[in-house]
Amino acid sequence: MSGFLVGWLAAIPAYAAPLLLAALGLILSERAGVLNLSAEGVMAIGAMTGAAVVLSGIAPTLGILAGVAAGAGLSLVFAIVVVVFRGDQTLAGLTTVAVGIGLAGVLGRDYVQKPFAGIERFGADAAPATGAFERFFLQQDPLILVTLVLVVAVWWFLERTRAGLQLRAVGEDPGTADVAGVDVQMVRIAAVVAGGALCGLSGAYLSVAASHVWVEGMIAGRGWIAVALVIFARWDARRALLGALIFGAAEALGPRLQAVGAPVPTYLMMMLPYALTLAVLVLSSLVGRRGTDEPAALGSIYLRQDKS
Amino acid sequence: MTETAIAHPAGDGRPVSPGAGAPPGTPPALELAGVHKAFDGKPALIDAGFTLRRGEVHALVGENGAGKSTLMNVATGVYAADAGRELVDGELVRIRGPVDAAAAGLGMVHQHFRLVPRFTVAENVRLALGRRAGSPAAAAALVAAKAEKIGFPVRPDARVADLSVAERQRAEILKVLLLGARVLILDEPTAVLTEQESDALLAFTARLATQGGSVVLITHKLREVAARADRVTVMRQGRTVLDGAPIASVSSAEVARLAVGATVAPVARPRRAPGGPALTVDGLAHRRDDGGVTLDGLTLSLREGEVLGLAGVGGNGQSELVACLAGLAAPRAGSVALAGRDITTASPAARRDLGLRVVPADRFAFGLIRGFSVADNLALAALRRGRYGAPFGVARRRIRRDAEAAIRDHEIHGAAPGRSTGLLSGGNAQKVLLARELDDAVRVLVAHSPTRGLDVRAAQAVQAAIAAAAERGVACLLISEDLEELMALSARIAVINRGRIVGEMPVEDASAAALGALMVGHA
Ligand SMILES: Nc1ncnc2c1ncn2[C@@H]1O[C@H](COP(=O)(O)OP(=O)(O)O)[C@@H](O)[C@H]1O
Ligand SMILES: [Mg+2]
Repeated sequence: MSGFLVGWLAAIPAYAAPLLLAALGLILSERAGVLNLSAEGVMAIGAMTGAAVVLSGIAPTLGILAGVAAGAGLSLVFAIVVVVFRGDQTLAGLTTVAVGIGLAGVLGRDYVQKPFAGIERFGADAAPATGAFERFFLQQDPLILVTLVLVVAVWWFLERTRAGLQLRAVGEDPGTADVAGVDVQMVRIAAVVAGGALCGLSGAYLSVAASHVWVEGMIAGRGWIAVALVIFARWDARRALLGALIFGAAEALGPRLQAVGAPVPTYLMMMLPYALTLAVLVLSSLVGRRGTDEPAALGSIYLRQDKS
Repeated sequence: MTETAIAHPAGDGRPVSPGAGAPPGTPPALELAGVHKAFDGKPALIDAGFTLRRGEVHALVGENGAGKSTLMNVATGVYAADAGRELVDGELVRIRGPVDAAAAGLGMVHQHFRLVPRFTVAENVRLALGRRAGSPAAAAALVAAKAEKIGFPVRPDARVADLSVAERQRAEILKVLLLGARVLILDEPTAVLTEQESDALLAFTARLATQGGSVVLITHKLREVAARADRVTVMRQGRTVLDGAPIASVSSAEVARLAVGATVAPVARPRRAPGGPALTVDGLAHRRDDGGVTLDGLTLSLREGEVLGLAGVGGNGQSELVACLAGLAAPRAGSVALAGRDITTASPAARRDLGLRVVPADRFAFGLIRGFSVADNLALAALRRGRYGAPFGVARRRIRRDAEAAIRDHEIHGAAPGRSTGLLSGGNAQKVLLARELDDAVRVLVAHSPTRGLDVRAAQAVQAAIAAAAERGVACLLISEDLEELMALSARIAVINRGRIVGEMPVEDASAAALGALMVGHA
C-alpha cells in the first residue's frame, strides 16, 4: 500500500505542473482585466512547437523556449483583437482555442506520433531508488522546480512590485489607472502576452517533458481545467498551487491504479478531473465567493473619456 | 435662499481682505481666459474665464450643467479646450493630461473619486505616485506622515472599499496633495458629506489657504460660499457671469440670481391638516445577504396629506426601507400597513393597486426604462389597469395623447412622446417618473432623494409636485439627505441612523444642527 501511495504522490507534480503554469498565465491576464479562455489553444501551439523543434534536432531546452515563444505569439494576436480592436473577450478566447488547435494540427502534421528524447526526469539514468523520498524526487524534472519558482515569482510580482500594482489597478479600475499615468492598453497587452508565454510553457511541458511525443488533441481539456482552476484559486497564485495539486492528484490517480492492476473502469478515472472541474464551478457559484475576489473590471472594455 | 449679506466669519485667524495671503503683485496661481469647449457640437463653455489667487479659497458656483466641472477639467487637461489660454503662476502652460497637471501643481478631486476600491490607501498612493512612492512600506509611511502634517486622519492600510465617503474623500485629497498639488480643485466636495463633515472639510481648506495653498471650491450650496470662501465666481450656461468678486461685496441672493438667471420662488410647505393614518411601518428589520443589519426595528407612521421627512446620512438603511416598502425586498421582521391593510408580504403590483407609489433614488434602475420612449414609460403603470386596451392590441393613440398631456402639464422640457427617455436631462426624466406615479389613484408616495443631482429649477418643480400632491391628501414619505429640502417641505422630520429612527420632531423644532447631530450620533 505504501508503495502505491509513494508512486501516486510522486506522479502528482508532473500532472499538476502544466495545469499550474497555464493557470498562472491566465491569472496574469485576468488580473489585468482581460477574460482569458484561450489556454487550450495556446497550450496546443506550445506543445506542437516544442515537439517540432526538438524533432528537428535542436536541444530540448530550446524546444521549451520555442513553445513559450509560440504561446506568446498566438496570445499577442488575441491581445490585439480584444485590447486594440475591443473584440468580445469571450468570443475571441473561444476563437483563439479553435485557431490554436487547428494551427497545431496543420503545422504539426509531420511530427505526429514521433517519440523523441525530451527533458528527462532526475532519475532517468540513476539506479532504482530505495528510500521513499528518493523515489519521489527522482520522478520529478527540472521544469517542476521552475514551476514552483514561477508561483512565487507571479505572486511576488502581483502583490509587491509597482508594475504588479499597475497591472492590478488596470484590472480593477482602468479609469483610475489611466489617470494615474498607466498605459491601460499596453499593460493589458503585456499581461496577456506574458500569460500566453506561460500557457505556451505549459503546452511545451506536456510534449517535451511529460510525454516526449506530440499527438493531436494531447492537451485534452487541460486548458479548460486551468480556466476553472483560476476561479477555484480566486485569482491568487498561491491558491492556484493548492488547486493544481488537487487536480493533479485526481488526474494521476487513474494511471496509478491501472499500474497496480486495480479493477477500476478506465473511463471513469479519466473523467475524474473533469467531474472535479464541474464540481468546482458549481460549488464556487453556490458559495458566492466568486464576485468578491473577481477583478472588478474583468471582461470589460476600457474606452478613454473624450479627449478631443 | 435667504437675503442674508455674506460676511466672512471672524475667528479663524485669516485676513478678511480679498485674495488673502498673497502679497500684491504676485501673479495668479491659475488663470483661464477665453475658454471655449463643445461636446458633439453642443457648446459647454463659451468664452469662460477664471482667476485664482495664491492663498485664497475661491468658490465656483453655478447650476448643474453650467460648465463648472468642464472648466476645471479643461484646466487639468482631462478635456482639451477648443480655444482659450491657461496660465499657472503667470506662465503660459499647455496641459495635456494628468501628468502635466501634476507637474504644474494642479490637483483635482473629482465627484467620482479616482481610487481603486479594492486597494488600500497606501496602494492607491503608490499607484498614483509611481516611482516616487518607493516600496509599499515607504508609501505607507508617506501617507502617515502627510496625514499627520495636515491634521487629517487617514489610515494608510485601510481598504478604500471599507471607508466611509468622507474618509475616501480625505484619502483622495491626501493623494492629490502628495502628487504635489499647490492648487487644489474640489468638485462638489460637500455634496456627499453631512453638515459636520462639511464643516471639517471647509475648515481644512481654510487652513490650507493660510499655508499658501490655493483652493477652488465648486459648489451649488450657497451657504458654504458665505462661510468659507474669499472670492466667488459664478457660471451660467457655459459663461462666467461673475468673475472673482470678493465675497463680502455680494449677497447670496445676488449670487443665486446670477446663477439661475432669474429668482426661483421657494416652495411653500403644504398646510393641509393631516387626515387618517395612511402608512404604518412597525418594527421593520432587514439584513443584507452577507448578514449586515440594514433595518433594525424601524417604526414610523404617516397620515393622509402629510409630508414626513426622513433625514439621514446615505447608507443608513434608506435604500432597504424603500425596497421593503416597494415590495422588492422581504423584511425579516415587522410589518407594513397601508390605510390599515397589512401589505408586509404583498407583491409590488398589489401595493400599486392599493395606491402606493415609489420614486426610487436611482430612477433608471427601478423607475424608468432608458431605451423606452417617454410615452411608453408613462404608460407602463396604467397598462396593467387596462387603460390602454386588452392584452392583444394596445391603444397606441391613447398612449400618445396621454403622454402629450403629461408633457404639457408637467412641463417636461425636451420631451416628445416618441423620444427615448435616456436622452432627457436628469430633471426632466424625474418629471416623467413623477407624472406617472402621481396619478389619480395615488394615496401614498415614497420619494427617495427625488431632487439629487437636479438643477435649482428642476428641483423646485419636483418639490412643487410633491407639495401639491400632499395638498390633495396624498401621504408623502420624503427621504433625503438635503436638510434644507426636508425643512422646506415636511411637517415632521424623523432621523434614520443605522437602520432605526433615532429621533423625530415637528419641523418648527428642527434645526440643521439638531438633525445633523442625530444623523451622525452613535448612540
Ligand atoms: N463628457 C461629456 N460629453 C458630452 N457632454 C458633456 C460632457 N461633460 C459635460 N458635458 C455637458 O457640458 C455641460 C456642462 O457640464 P458640467 O461642466 O458637468 O456642468 P457642472 O459641473 O457645472 O454641473 C452640460 O450640458 C453637460 O451635459
Ligand atoms: Mg459638475
